[in-house]
Amino acid sequence: MAQPGWLRPDARRLESPHPLRKRFLNEEGAWPAVIAVVSTIVFFGGAAALVVTSPNWPRVRDQFFNPDDFRDAAPDVLDGFWLNLQLFAWSMLLIPVVALLVAVMRSLRGPAFFPIRLLAVIYTDILRGIPLILLVLLLGFGVPALQIDLLPSSATFWGLTALTLSYSAYTAEIYRSGIDAVPESQRSSARALGLTQWQALRFAILPQAVRNVVPALMNTVVSLQKDVALISILGIREAVREAQIYTSRTFNYTSYVVATLLFLAISIPLTRFVDWYTERDRLARSQAQA
Amino acid sequence: MKLELDAVHKSYGDRRVLNGIDLAVDEHEVVCLIGPSGCGKSTLLRCADLLDPIDAGEIRLDGDVITEKGVDANGIRRRIGIVFQSYNLFPHMTVLDNVTLGPRRALGVDRDVAEERARELLGRFGLGDHADAYPNRISGGQNQRAAIVRALIGDPEILLLDEVTSALDPELVGEVLSVIRDLAAGGMTMVLATHEMGFARDVADRVCFLHEGRVLETAAPAVLFSKPEHERTAQFLARVVEAGRL
Ligand SMILES: Nc1ncnc2c1ncn2[C@@H]1O[C@H](COP(=O)(O)OP(=O)(O)OP(=O)(O)O)[C@@H](O)[C@H]1O
Ligand SMILES: [Mg+2]
Repeated sequence: MAQPGWLRPDARRLESPHPLRKRFLNEEGAWPAVIAVVSTIVFFGGAAALVVTSPNWPRVRDQFFNPDDFRDAAPDVLDGFWLNLQLFAWSMLLIPVVALLVAVMRSLRGPAFFPIRLLAVIYTDILRGIPLILLVLLLGFGVPALQIDLLPSSATFWGLTALTLSYSAYTAEIYRSGIDAVPESQRSSARALGLTQWQALRFAILPQAVRNVVPALMNTVVSLQKDVALISILGIREAVREAQIYTSRTFNYTSYVVATLLFLAISIPLTRFVDWYTERDRLARSQAQA
Repeated sequence: MKLELDAVHKSYGDRRVLNGIDLAVDEHEVVCLIGPSGCGKSTLLRCADLLDPIDAGEIRLDGDVITEKGVDANGIRRRIGIVFQSYNLFPHMTVLDNVTLGPRRALGVDRDVAEERARELLGRFGLGDHADAYPNRISGGQNQRAAIVRALIGDPEILLLDEVTSALDPELVGEVLSVIRDLAAGGMTMVLATHEMGFARDVADRVCFLHEGRVLETAAPAVLFSKPEHERTAQFLARVVEAGRL
């Protein structure tokens, strides 16, 4: 008696894939990775070949990637970079504090605090309106020129001050967006416990606000790290300035590549970390909501 | 009288929400505020706790005017407890820290003392096991009970409850209502805004029907629910019955 095909014992192959099919599936799983690797090699290899085979490449290589110059320039640029790192560290300490102060001033309620709010608004408006490079020039050259004994005359000090003031204005706005994102009902609840306005801010609102904006703050840190280099226009011998000095002495630009690599050595890990943290934070929040 | 509102007016912009509220709550009395959505129940409670300034009229606590200049508003708020519809626990703190924040920061009570008292109260309200949990890890009913404990730990003279069961899943409403029933039995003075008419009938000494920013009618629940004096009240109750909530 003829049975329909699907009743025969070997029909079970529908449930467990045929060996051949299994291999095919595996290969299919590997394909995307293979494609990615190949296309990457082709793309970057092609770009590199284009550069290396260009008629001027030997001259460019000598001017930008000369191993001897690399060795000669590295110690001074590295020394200068140490100053960049110190200034970076100082501004990372100062900016969050100044910015938080401004943000808190701006979010105080009530007519009595109007002058304080106004002051904070004026500060953020003006400081965000001035290009950082101009602020560095104005403070770095301007204040020492006043020759006021009470004020420090070090260009480094005023460069750092310009950096701090400018970044604090932006960072204050980030904090403020975090404060505004905390529901009004949280403030009511805190006030209902008999907490003062300041205590409500301090214990109920700010912790939530800061948590809201940590990813945004960390992105600011990444750009701050690079903007420290702007104070080189004051003649301060940080990495970029040292590289410039080397170039004007030797007419070779390899020192700039040294400086570039140093900045990348900090900013790439920093960026990766920020991305990783932001993603983790996003996941944690979506889980907390579920 | 524990709490008195006298011709209280309150507008938000052009929208007049409270239009001459007169209300007196005696010590140990439980008063329920009922009325259609938007009639000003929440606003009334917020104003009574000085969370929103009033435009005209006055509010008295124990006979002292609390709505005039120079009154220590923080001090008054400590004497009044309020619980909101959406619990509003602080999400970045454990239940225990939520409950002890008021005593520790507003009253300067030592952490140990505050925590001991908080754990005792949390235990009494069935939250002993959740003291160290964060609000998003416990149920809505547990959140709301924690919010009630947070309002109670300062030993308030009066407790204001704003639709404390409206945001809860139906099966969690009972546990919160029974907490309120216990508080009423314990003699707590309370004003509660509610849509739970059955519960209002149970627990209230007096029910006030709010309409267009005034207390249109106030009576013992048995009276107000069975033979309301005003046409508006009757219409409102008819709609409530239709919706199956009475
Ligand atoms: N902060 C505010 N700003 C502007 N309008 C408001 C504000 N708070 C409340 N209102 C308005 O006041 C009116 C009364 O609001 P309220 O919350 O007191 O009503 P309710 O009786 O509690 O209503 P529900 O039963 O829906 O809770 C509403 O029309 C509302 O839109
Ligand atoms: Mg309401």
